[in-house]
Amino acid sequence: MAQHNEVVTNLYRSTDTFENSIWNQGWDELVPGAAVYSFNGDIDHTVVNVQPENRDIAETNSMNKYVGDWRVVKPVWNLDLCIDCQNCWLYCPDTSIISRDKEMVGIDYDHCKGCGICSEVCPTNPKALVMFTEQIKNEDALNQWPEKKKKGE
Amino acid sequence: MTQNKRVMELNDVEIWDGNASNAQALRQAGVDVMAAYPITPSTGTVEGYANLHANGYIDGEIVMVESEHAAMSGCIGASAAGARAATATASQGLALMIETLYQASGMRLPVVLCLINRALAAPLNVNGDHSDLYLTNQSGWISIDACNPQEAYDLTLCAFRIAEHKDVRLPVISNQDGFMTSHTAQNVIPLSDEVAGKFVGKFLEVDSMLNFDKPVTHGVQTESDWHMEHKAKQNDAMMNSPKIIEEVFEEFAKISGRKYNMVEEYKLEDADVVIACLGTTFETAQIAVDNMRAKGIKAGLIMPRVFRPTRVGQLADMLQNAKAVVCMDRSAPGGQLGILFQDISSALINTPARPLMSNLIYGLGGRDMTVNELEEIISDAQTDVNAGKLKGSIQTWIGVRGPELKYYSVEG
Repeated sequence: MAQHNEVVTNLYRSTDTFENSIWNQGWDELVPGAAVYSFNGDIDHTVVNVQPENRDIAETNSMNKYVGDWRVVKPVWNLDLCIDCQNCWLYCPDTSIISRDKEMVGIDYDHCKGCGICSEVCPTNPKALVMFTEQIKNEDALNQWPEKKKKGE
Repeated sequence: MTQNKRVMELNDVEIWDGNASNAQALRQAGVDVMAAYPITPSTGTVEGYANLHANGYIDGEIVMVESEHAAMSGCIGASAAGARAATATASQGLALMIETLYQASGMRLPVVLCLINRALAAPLNVNGDHSDLYLTNQSGWISIDACNPQEAYDLTLCAFRIAEHKDVRLPVISNQDGFMTSHTAQNVIPLSDEVAGKFVGKFLEVDSMLNFDKPVTHGVQTESDWHMEHKAKQNDAMMNSPKIIEEVFEEFAKISGRKYNMVEEYKLEDADVVIACLGTTFETAQIAVDNMRAKGIKAGLIMPRVFRPTRVGQLADMLQNAKAVVCMDRSAPGGQLGILFQDISSALINTPARPLMSNLIYGLGGRDMTVNELEEIISDAQTDVNAGKLKGSIQTWIGVRGPELKYYSVEG
């Protein structure tokens, strides 16, 4: 679990770690037009072949934009029930299910909007992804996990 | 793109109307993508271009779109991707395009728009006036005005050089009067494909989306945090563009022998009575000025060749000796003084000159402006100069049936 959390945490860099942050720039220093760079410097490789945590993303990359406050319900992941089927990873519209080597790693709560699709497509019984209210702590949610459903229920 | 593979042999003098001039200039500029939708009187530009394309003289793509909004959107997409893009429209088409005009300038994309000036409905009218030109007033596009097909050809070529310059990177409108210029075939001295192609040069890509070495997002959202800085940078590029425009005009004069100026004048230096106008009226008024000078009235003309950015200092300097300036606006003013009047009055307001400033609304929906009427305008202005004050009001509608229409009284 500790390793998993690290992968999720390392995806993002705080803006104060960027040299010459846009927050320290005047109008004359901006990129012309309504344009922003995705990465720092030029790219000499195929981006999709590099995992997000290893990409040199620019400050202006939307990866650095926190939009998690749009959410009113959140998916909570139960590691013990998960079969790593990748359904949630495939269906998530915001790339917020983090998976590495076809193993579920965790949820990107900075970009998850709480749409509930991951929970909907989860095939296990009981589900390994369940939507809980935003305010509940994840460990409390795991303690009140739904029971296995019987046939016809 | 720089030049098409197939060269077109042109005569030393061609007989082109303004639309043909545009089509040929767009061909010679090596436009990569034209996305356009037909509308009178600009259809000829697109039709002429499509004809040249069908005959194998154009290597670029033509995208037939479902509206003018889509036409400019197509140009924006192509330009952001790294292509030289252009389109043409008029009037209602321009009105539908307005939303995307602001996108193009805000995104700093060097699109070229051939705008054939036509009245805005209602009533529906296909003829020329400057209400569509004025609609682009604050759109962030550099706006240049031609008076005849030769100038339309020259200025559409110049438009690419200005727009694509690394220090400008702003879209440019090449204006001409609907029908009076666009459909009046006249002598045009073209450049050879080679000379024109070399003048326009290779398209300079800046942060193009198809450059996979430097992935970039175009058309981002900013809120109160960054919007003002982006607008400041965009406007600053506009304000610094005159230097580049002058360089381009200078270079064009070297290859063509035809010199354009930011502000054009005719017999202005010693003129007491000055008419300020745009488009074909500037040519008609030259005859009137000559006739009135023969009768002893010192008349002159001024025309902002570059409508935007406004040449405040230059307009003021050129009008310091004027005793009366008649600003002729060819657009229904919508409850205000005409835009040319506003531009010139605001240019003069902090300077010593205090000419009598008046505003004529004329020629709406293609109504003719004759030499005789212009002579009368000059004569009336001279009467005001002799009296030392304006007769009655600042704004007058001329050439309209029915009772006299005057607004903004200056008496008591």
